[in-house]
Amino acid sequence: MTSSLNGRKVALHDMCLRDGMHAKREQISVEQMVKLATALDGAGIPYIQVTHGAGLGGNSVQHGFALASNEAYIAAVAEKMTQAKVSVLLIPGLGTMKELQAAHDAGARSVHVATHCTEANTSPQHIAYARKLGMDTTGFLMMAHLNDAAGIAQQGKLMESYGAQTVYVTDSAGFMLPDDVKERVSALRDVLDPATEIGFHGHHNLGMGVANSIAAIEAGASRIDGSVAGLGAGAGNTPLEVFAAVCDRMGIETGVDLFKLMDVAEDIVLPMMDHLVRVDRESLTLGYAGVYSTFLLHAKKAAQSYGISARDILMELGRKKMIGGQEDMIQDTAMTMAKDRGLLREPAQAGA
Amino acid sequence: MKKIRCALIGSGNIGTDLIYKIQRSPVLEPVWMVGIDPESEGLARARDMGLKVTAEGVDGLLPHVLEDDIQIAFDATSAYVHAENSRKLNALGVLMIDLTPAAIGPLCVPPVNLKSYTDQKVMNVNMISCAGQATIPIVHAVSRVQGVRYAEIVASLASKSIGPGTRANLDEFTYTTSNAVEKVGGARKGKALAIINPAEPPMIMRNTIYCLTDDEPDQAAITRSVLQMITEVQKYVPGYRLVNGPAFEGDKVSVFMEVKGLGDYLPTYAGNLDIMTAAATRTAEMFAEEIIAGTLTLEPTRSLATEAAQ
Repeated sequence: MTSSLNGRKVALHDMCLRDGMHAKREQISVEQMVKLATALDGAGIPYIQVTHGAGLGGNSVQHGFALASNEAYIAAVAEKMTQAKVSVLLIPGLGTMKELQAAHDAGARSVHVATHCTEANTSPQHIAYARKLGMDTTGFLMMAHLNDAAGIAQQGKLMESYGAQTVYVTDSAGFMLPDDVKERVSALRDVLDPATEIGFHGHHNLGMGVANSIAAIEAGASRIDGSVAGLGAGAGNTPLEVFAAVCDRMGIETGVDLFKLMDVAEDIVLPMMDHLVRVDRESLTLGYAGVYSTFLLHAKKAAQSYGISARDILMELGRKKMIGGQEDMIQDTAMTMAKDRGLLREPAQAGA
Repeated sequence: MKKIRCALIGSGNIGTDLIYKIQRSPVLEPVWMVGIDPESEGLARARDMGLKVTAEGVDGLLPHVLEDDIQIAFDATSAYVHAENSRKLNALGVLMIDLTPAAIGPLCVPPVNLKSYTDQKVMNVNMISCAGQATIPIVHAVSRVQGVRYAEIVASLASKSIGPGTRANLDEFTYTTSNAVEKVGGARKGKALAIINPAEPPMIMRNTIYCLTDDEPDQAAITRSVLQMITEVQKYVPGYRLVNGPAFEGDKVSVFMEVKGLGDYLPTYAGNLDIMTAAATRTAEMFAEEIIAGTLTLEPTRSLATEAAQ
């Protein structure tokens, strides 16, 4: 049986060494990065993202400090690549053009310039700068479930007008279902220049990573983010080796070596995990409530510190409509909940 | 009582909100509003509120400075035109309060360092950014107790309160604020993060301040210092409120603030707008009080920008 997608070409973009940094609390060593990236390069993955989980400028109290600087990671990986391009993440408001220049100097050749799905107009200077550097430039609309298809199309069109060559629908919360994905990708396809590519970045919090990625391709996407063995925030990204196998079965051409990718997952990524990245109670809560996947480990920590369940904290963050980057509001929310439940005193009283 | 007469340059969100703040001041009086678009809503509103207006930019104001006795001007335009505005007005003896990221004059956070500038003959002071005004007092409250090797501030802003200028120039906001966290806040290294949240109803401005201290933080002294500083800021921004903290974990001090505005021009969620205009007004008042008391005389100067260029 051949599928309707037989013969379609799709570029895979691995996120283990960026989104996976979240799942490792930013503690991946330069040596581990080089080992994994070399194996991914050998398996034919064309794009490998390498940065702090929060991207350029990510080293912070808010997002944690990695074992090495972004430039050190990028330079070490880039010089070992035979065919793969090293990409980076840049979230305006956190990362700056100075840091993009430094990443480019270190060898990065592709960038996801990411904004919340309604705030594309915070990215013009960064997208233009990436193009000026000659980088493969993507506009990355995060938490895409919080904007409707028409809104996503309008925001994507803005990013294209700044110079983005690819526009992504980014399901940061792992909340979307295949119809949600299709509707947004189709709306983008309708308004963007035919030369502008469309991508999809999934999280597996509802177990929909693979199905959503296929839905995106059906609607016109030609780039798919995932991570081998699913090493990413929340329940992880779309497991890339699983996705590659499905693509093979459907005749979608990815150009990767499936068996090599399976070996990378089993032999390199799985042993790196501090916890089994899977759909557990808390990551399922993220997907169910539409909460930013990176909040997972922060919420678990706050839960321990203040005696509130992580699920309660995540549900409250969803209710308050917190978005990516507001990790400080996790501790804040947990403290407020703890006060309401009589578990924590006001500092004014404590200090008196 | 005599009031010092002021001009407002820039008829956008900040300039318009400033009219309300200055009208309430016991020592300041808003007299002129300067815009560049005769059709702008800001100019029409200023006219309705009793100000003289010009749509010809600062050049439209200059012929009236002496006859109208304008002594203080607020610039809420952009970093690109500020230096020129400042040069022209300083030359006529007008003190410039800069609300753009130009920062050609010294950086000012009223409860931290304002007094030191009224003692000097400074003719241009810069107000940094809304996030800087909301967070630097807290960084200073910690650093005056003990050494801070690193301070990081996170500002969450309602999407509806952020104008097109800030959006298109987020890096400038980041650089100016990070620098001021060091220079005024007293941290050896500073970092600033901004998040624009589109939630409906709009979220009230939130700010989180993290300080990493050199030695183990003195919890009681830092808590006292922070609470005392908050009452100082509340004198000009009543909606400046501690939500959580100070929380201590190892060498990390975390303080979680909220800034609710007065709802003058934009609704109360836009605390970022209020803290900027209130700080600028407070700054101008401090100079005005000295002028009225006769302890400060403004004199025509060559501008800082001109001097720097020479």
